[in-house]
Amino acid sequence: MKTKTICMYFEIHQSVHLKRYRFFDIGTDHYYFDDYANDSSINYIAENSYIPALKTFIQMARDYKGYFKLALSLSGVGLEQLEQYSPAVIDLLKELNETGCCEFLAEPYSHGLSSLADNWSEGFREDVQMLSDKIFELFGQRPKVFRNSSLLYDDEIGAMVADMGFKGILTEGAKHILGWKSPHYLYHCCMNPDLKILLRDYKLSDDLSLRFANPSWKSYPLMSDTYADWIAELPEEEKVINIFMHLCAFGIYQPLSSNILEFMKALPAEARKRGITFSTPSEVVENNESIAPLEVPYPMSWTDEERDVSTWLGNVMQREAFNKLYSIGDRVRLCTDRRIRQDWNYLQATNNFRFMTTKNVEGGIDRGIYESAYDAFTNYMNILADFINRVHWAMPADMDLEELNAFQTTIRNQDKEIQALEKTIARMKAAQKVKKQKTEKKTAEK
Amino acid sequence: MNVLMFGWEFPPHILGGLGTASFGLTRGLAHQGDVNITFCLPKPWGDEDQSFMKIVGMNTVPVVWRNPDRQYVESRHPWMDASDYYRFRDHIYADFNYIGTDDLGCINFSGRYPDNLHEEINNYSIVAGVVARTEQFDIIHSHDWLTYPAGIHAKQVSGKPLVIHVHATDFDRSRGNVNPTVYAIEKNGMDYADHIMCVSELTRQTVINKYHQDPRKVSTMHNAVEPLPQEIQDIKPIEHPGEKWVTFLGRITMQKGPEYFVEAASMVLKSTRDIRFCMAGSGDMMNAMIRLAAERGIADRFHFPGFMKGRQVYECLKASDVYIMPSVSEPFGISPLEAMQCMVPTIISKQSGCAEILDKCIKVDYWDIHAMADAIYSICTNDSLYQYLKVEGKKEVDAITWDKVGERILNRYLEILGWKR
Repeated sequence: MKTKTICMYFEIHQSVHLKRYRFFDIGTDHYYFDDYANDSSINYIAENSYIPALKTFIQMARDYKGYFKLALSLSGVGLEQLEQYSPAVIDLLKELNETGCCEFLAEPYSHGLSSLADNWSEGFREDVQMLSDKIFELFGQRPKVFRNSSLLYDDEIGAMVADMGFKGILTEGAKHILGWKSPHYLYHCCMNPDLKILLRDYKLSDDLSLRFANPSWKSYPLMSDTYADWIAELPEEEKVINIFMHLCAFGIYQPLSSNILEFMKALPAEARKRGITFSTPSEVVENNESIAPLEVPYPMSWTDEERDVSTWLGNVMQREAFNKLYSIGDRVRLCTDRRIRQDWNYLQATNNFRFMTTKNVEGGIDRGIYESAYDAFTNYMNILADFINRVHWAMPADMDLEELNAFQTTIRNQDKEIQALEKTIARMKAAQKVKKQKTEKKTAEK
Repeated sequence: MNVLMFGWEFPPHILGGLGTASFGLTRGLAHQGDVNITFCLPKPWGDEDQSFMKIVGMNTVPVVWRNPDRQYVESRHPWMDASDYYRFRDHIYADFNYIGTDDLGCINFSGRYPDNLHEEINNYSIVAGVVARTEQFDIIHSHDWLTYPAGIHAKQVSGKPLVIHVHATDFDRSRGNVNPTVYAIEKNGMDYADHIMCVSELTRQTVINKYHQDPRKVSTMHNAVEPLPQEIQDIKPIEHPGEKWVTFLGRITMQKGPEYFVEAASMVLKSTRDIRFCMAGSGDMMNAMIRLAAERGIADRFHFPGFMKGRQVYECLKASDVYIMPSVSEPFGISPLEAMQCMVPTIISKQSGCAEILDKCIKVDYWDIHAMADAIYSICTNDSLYQYLKVEGKKEVDAITWDKVGERILNRYLEILGWKR
């Protein structure tokens, strides 16, 4: 008789803030980012959320050795920012990794919508591979389970991810997809049964990340024993309880003064009393059988009431920005310029598109430096125009891709040839020197 | 309910936004049913739409006793009911022989904004005394400062509550350097009023802070727009492929911030040449603006077609790709709504009252020429933004109707009269 298991997963991502960029900066200013905002916001979040939360996890991992487990995923863009402005978080992540309780997942490096772009599966693969390499370099783990930006998922994404060799994928347990089905089972992708799907229990997840400190919520104040009871009281057959959220739920969405970290610390003991275990996503995939295929014809995500892509691609402006951005993707992939590659990653981040939403979201949305959707769109398009110019400058627009590719190969080959020749020259010069020295010696001896 | 309204302008003979607003508001109110409106105008032309209310021409109300026969009165003012003349004549309350009157004993009005405006305002108030003594009404409604003295007079004669409608204050017109006489008239009107309706929250704050009014008696009553008539909707926009037109339409005067538009235009033209700018209208700053455009070296792309009216306005709007209103201080500003009706993406200053009710347009600070230039450039280069503002803007503005305003005004009347339970 198998026991229930909790699979906890936290996202770490912060986008790079774009600076105010007017159209007359196009062609003159190629730096798009607001360093001050990046520095201050990432430090604020690290101090108030990431550091205390990660310290708690490390403590929990030591206290409940081998029992408490969790999964984390980091976006490449977020990682770069942490490395630059708040390396203490990276150190804590390494410490957590050493306890062996933490699994790192793969996701697109850019935290962008690359999985949705047309004819872009190679780019998407590269995007994911880049993060996978980075995780391996930092933590010595090769991710086996994938989570897309904002848990985006549909059948095609599933097929692509399965193709890349991932065993599992995390996504939203969206009501409009599941219907009467329960998210507490393991499912598999209908296009490729090798890819298992873990579905987020949005009720239990949002209880922590959205409602925990809300005094008007009927379950306030929530205690660990109650929470463990809720899970224990689920029907006997429902074994997998997936609790996914942003890591900044601790400290940013819910203030630390609500004692949410104390709640977390007490949770493993309460769960153990009720015979509930903790698992990482890979363990869930290994230890459970898929119950059914899941058909998701249209993309879903964990964002907003609609749980779809309307936050990023809901209006014509967002779609134009998105299409413009990926229209030059092929050329960017040919570029070797490091700055172009880096800007490309930063510009893809979903947050840039979210600022342009015109949806009426409850409570309004945080638009950062922008006053309105139009303002966000204008600023982004100005930056994109400059970026596209730079890409075209490096990879001229009047040449087609094959031609460019051929040129690049020629250049690369010539590079190699030149290097080889240089080596020969160096060798010959050295030989000549030796010869000369010898003759000099001889004349001196005479 | 009977309402006595005092106004200065009325379509089709209008000089500014006041006439349009008075018309829409009165009709919206009349549509609520059970509201009889008597609208006093200094000099009606006879072709005003009287289907939903009665117009009283102040130049047809006698203030000095004369005894013309009925046929003569009818021949002089063919569009008015001659018996009204005799009714008014029965209520002359003092000897006004010292004022120049015509052969019917009436005072002449220009109905415009002449140099002896203060004299006209005073005469208007004298005539209002006769009207107020003649007509039966429950509430008085005065539009703009020109008619405040008339409203006060009517209130003192009848004892009925006075509502004044602030379409603009002198702080908007003068960028802070108020004319003390005008300020005194405005302040006096507000002090006597039982209720003050402002066309925006921006104006409401001015009334509260600069005229020291009790916030409890000051409310916001945003303007709306009339739907476009079919013949205007049928105007075919002029095609100008390969070029974008950006239009400013209004009086070329300090209040409207024309210089910010010229500066923004010169910034846009530094990086692109296929945009044309048009500053339609006339005003005291027109020559200065022509000079400024020449100084910036953009005169070949910056045009001044002069004053436009009626159909021309809509032809110009429909040909435009962007409409801009960089007003320094605009109590409401109806023209962006008209542009949005014509499906033209619109940029307005945050210092405009209409910014409070519009969402599908770009808002910038009037002084922020960088943001203004950026917005112009963005609409002209990004088709999706243009399409979005065009379609969604039209939808938004179509939902802003005078009938809704009329309903709100009626409710406010009922509150003031204490008839609401």
